[in-house]
Parts: sequence; C-alpha cells; structure tokens
Amino acid sequence: MKSLPEILKEIRPEFDFTTSNNFMEDGMLDSFDMVTLVSTLDKTYDISIQGTDIVPENFQNLQTIEALLRKCGVQL
Amino acid sequence: MNFTFKDKRISGILGVVPARERSFVEEMKNFNFPESRSLKLKEVMGYDKRRLVEPGVCVSDLSVFGLQHLFDRGLLARDEIDALILVTQSPDYFMPPTSNVIQGRLGLKQDMMCMDINQACAGFVIGLIQAFMLLEQESIRKVVLINADVLSRKTSPKDRNIYPLIGDAASITVIERDTRNCAIQASLKMDGTRNEALMIPAGGMRLPSTAETAVLENVGDNNLRAKDHLLMDGSAIFNFVQLEVPPLIEGLLTRAGLPIDSIDYFLCHQPNRFMLQKLADKMKVPYAKMPNNVVERFGNGGSTTIPLAITLNLSDKLKSEQEMQTCLAGFGGGLVWAAMLIRLGRLTCCEIIEYP
Repeated sequence: MKSLPEILKEIRPEFDFTTSNNFMEDGMLDSFDMVTLVSTLDKTYDISIQGTDIVPENFQNLQTIEALLRKCGVQL
Repeated sequence: MNFTFKDKRISGILGVVPARERSFVEEMKNFNFPESRSLKLKEVMGYDKRRLVEPGVCVSDLSVFGLQHLFDRGLLARDEIDALILVTQSPDYFMPPTSNVIQGRLGLKQDMMCMDINQACAGFVIGLIQAFMLLEQESIRKVVLINADVLSRKTSPKDRNIYPLIGDAASITVIERDTRNCAIQASLKMDGTRNEALMIPAGGMRLPSTAETAVLENVGDNNLRAKDHLLMDGSAIFNFVQLEVPPLIEGLLTRAGLPIDSIDYFLCHQPNRFMLQKLADKMKVPYAKMPNNVVERFGNGGSTTIPLAITLNLSDKLKSEQEMQTCLAGFGGGLVWAAMLIRLGRLTCCEIIEYP
C-alpha cells in the first residue's frame, strides 16, 4: 500500500510533502486537490471520510491527515 | 418550516436541454492547470459532458419550446393553465417578469396568474410548495412550474471553480389536484446570512455592470473571474450541504413516520458527483437509490437537476401505474435547503427533449 507522502506526491508531483507543516498556506494543496486526495484516501483505505470532516484544518500536514485516517478506523 | 399538502400530484415532467454539447476534455485547456490535475478532477467530480445554450438564447426560449412540445402532443392544453410559476436566476429582463413574457409568447389566457421566483438550486422544491399552495384556491386547478436557467452565460471560462460544472436547461412540471388522499410533506430552511457563498456580485442595482465589473481578476488558485460572473465558495457550499441537508431529511422522515429504507429514490440536486456521494454515505443511502448522473450528462443546471434526474433515470417506471415513494432534496444559493416526500407515478409525460 502506498504511503501518505506517496499519495500526496501523485496528486502534486512538484512538491515534497515531508517538509511542510501547512500544505494549504504553502500553496501545495488547493480545495480541489483536497477533494482528489479524499477520493484517493477513500479508495486506498476502503473508508468514506465524512463530508463534514473535509475541511482545511484536517489537511494541513501529514500529522493532521493521519489523525483523520485514524478517526476513520485506519490503523497506521 | 414544515408543510403538509393533500390531494395534489405531479402529472407530468418534461426536461429541455440545449442541443449544443461541450466536453470537459475540450474545455480544460482554458484553465491554468496541468492537464493531469484537471483529468483527476474530472474523475472525482464527474465532469464530462454539459449542455450550453447558443449566445442569445434565453430562459423564455427554452420554456416556450418545451410548452409548445406539450401542446403539440396533446399532453397539455393552453386553457388548462391557471398559474405559471417560473423559478430562475437568469431572467430575460429585470422587468417584466419572464413568466409574463412566456404567457404572452404562447398566447395563454388572461385569467391566470404568472409569477417569477428568484431561487437557486432548491428551486424545484420551492416551486412545488408554491404550486401546491396555489392549488388550495378554488379557481386554480392546474399549475405549470418551469425551472430554467442559462447561467453558463454568467460564468468565466477561466474559473475552474464553476465553469466546468454549469449547464443550461429547463424543466416543465405539471401539477394538479388529485382525488386520492396522499399526503405530501416538505421541510424548508433558509439562511440569508450566508448569501455571499453563491452570488453574481455585479449587474443588479447594488453594483451595476460597468467596464470595471467586466475585468477578469485573479481570485486565487489561478482562477480568473469578473464581478459580472457567478462566484461560488466551493468549500463553504460543500460543508453547508454535508452539515445541513442530512438532518433536514432525517427530520422530515421522522415527522412523516417513514423509515429511510421505505424511500424508493432520493432525488437530490446534483452539484457534482463527489458531493452527492458524500451525502449518500453520510445518510447511509445506497448509491443506486440516489441517481447521480445529471452533472456528467448535462452539467449542473441549478433547480433543473432534480426534474432532469427524474426524467433521465425513472421515465419508464413513472409512466406506469405503479407509484414510488420519493424524497426530493434541493440545496444551494440563498442559502436554502429544502426536502419533500412525495409519491410519483402515473405520469402522462416524463422525457427529455433537445432545444432546438
């Protein structure tokens, strides 16, 4: 299974997602990338991230995304 | 706000879509984004084909074409129409009301009521509520509800937020009295404090259109848009729908005493595929019960997406004697969210035609 940085890299190959603490502020993800990411995470982990959780705060960095995945029952 | 109606029914629905079709793949070169990112978005959001009017085509043109189709086939008679409701955000003129323009162009009788309602994506449910209220009057026996918009004419081709999803369309719904005692229940909520999430800033009296309001501005994420164009705060709308719509529908079902699995179809407004799938997931509704193919076929035509979902997916079933329990749900600009429980069936007309 692909790692989270690998999944992010597929969406925006030009960035290194291990170096940023705020993907949105650093211009690495926009709202449409967030939608693409959610769709990919849903398929990869066989989950459905709740619509109300699709907010920028949950997609700031690797730690917040991992916390969201754990909330959805994913064991990382 | 809750509503209950009795002894009324929808007797026919006609969708009208422009013949001119554009594809997302053709248009994505307009956006300032790599092709690969646009293609990923196409897959997730369901962008594919959409229907657009030719320059100069207005709401009354689609509406007159559709009504004439019904007259020519004997599915509706001019003199039967006691009220004509038009729900649109893209009227032909500031004044007169476009419903009066349609009345005049078709030579409908004078002894009738015409009204325009300026509502957005919840406009099908709102129009039905208004139609049912009019049918409480002794003098009104048949109402025609038209939902129509040509908002592609108010979108920026350089705005990836909105341009790939907007489609133009009209629908004509015939509503009349019914002798059977079937209850129709509806719930409606509005929040005008969030009115700026979906709007066209310029062109009204607050900010008239000028050369300045037509200038494209970088509004972030490499999107270019003028104040004359439709804007949508996509994140705000997405979260509004996910937060507000499920409890509205659940409350309506509870009030009606209907379990969620007793609903044959959830016929929702279709902003994009992703948003509706998330709504279905949240409500634990199987995707098969929530048709989600209007945006990919025609684009998001505002208040027309529910009637288009009905005519596109359920035409054969709804022309039969068998009735189905449906839940309609519309949500969007205003902000407004509305839902209705209504049995559908025995329709004399349930089809989509192309203009011209």
